[in-house]
Amino acid sequence: MQMRDDGSSVLDRFRQGEVDAFETLFRTHQRSVYGWVLRIVRDPGAAEDVTVEAFWRMHRAHARFDSAREFEPWARRIATHAALDWLRRQKPENSMAPEIWDTVAAPAAGDAAVSAEIRKKTAQAFARLPAKLRVTAVLAVVEERPQKEVAEALGITVMAVKLRVFRALRLLRKDLSEMGITP
Amino acid sequence: MMRLLRESVPRVGDSLEPDRDLWPAMLRRMDEQSVPGAASVPWFDWALAGGLVVFAAIAPRTIPVILYYL
Repeated sequence: MQMRDDGSSVLDRFRQGEVDAFETLFRTHQRSVYGWVLRIVRDPGAAEDVTVEAFWRMHRAHARFDSAREFEPWARRIATHAALDWLRRQKPENSMAPEIWDTVAAPAAGDAAVSAEIRKKTAQAFARLPAKLRVTAVLAVVEERPQKEVAEALGITVMAVKLRVFRALRLLRKDLSEMGITP
Repeated sequence: MMRLLRESVPRVGDSLEPDRDLWPAMLRRMDEQSVPGAASVPWFDWALAGGLVVFAAIAPRTIPVILYYL
């Protein structure tokens, strides 16, 4: 949503700390921030909590927001770090909601040779990755977000995104081969 | 490996909405944080108060003087 064309005053008022302006931005962007957070934390309940936490951080940081810039990329970066903090507090086995495990067992279209067991072990290995690598890989590989968007959200370069994806896949391959699975 | 990862970790999709409006939860969070609590008092003030208590315990005759200036 383009807030700048018809809402630059909202951004200015938000920067000055007006709660009404913050509510306007919240209602406008909660869906997109929630969706972004859900892609990272993979748990709808946790995504709601992290979304509220992210907006709380935005509210506290209102004075540092540059009202000449777009709100959404700034919001996405704060939400990404809030999600990363949540992931770091989780144990690997709790990092995906049960309903998501159920979809892992479903046969994937286009490759019947890949058994459900291999996919489940891959998902478990993925959950054991360091949070920083897991977030990058889930956004860039699983969710197929543009690398530039991922880089902006993480506050790193596109090259750093590629490097983290490479490291994540290498660690996954190593973990799986220790379990006797050769991708 | 990328393909295996995509087949193992499903996308969450594009039609993503929270089950409820999160603004009430946001308001509650803002209300909780606006209530002054122990955490909102700077540590220096706590240290100063602690020092005064210790001083008063060592020299109880100074208590009226301290209370006068408080």
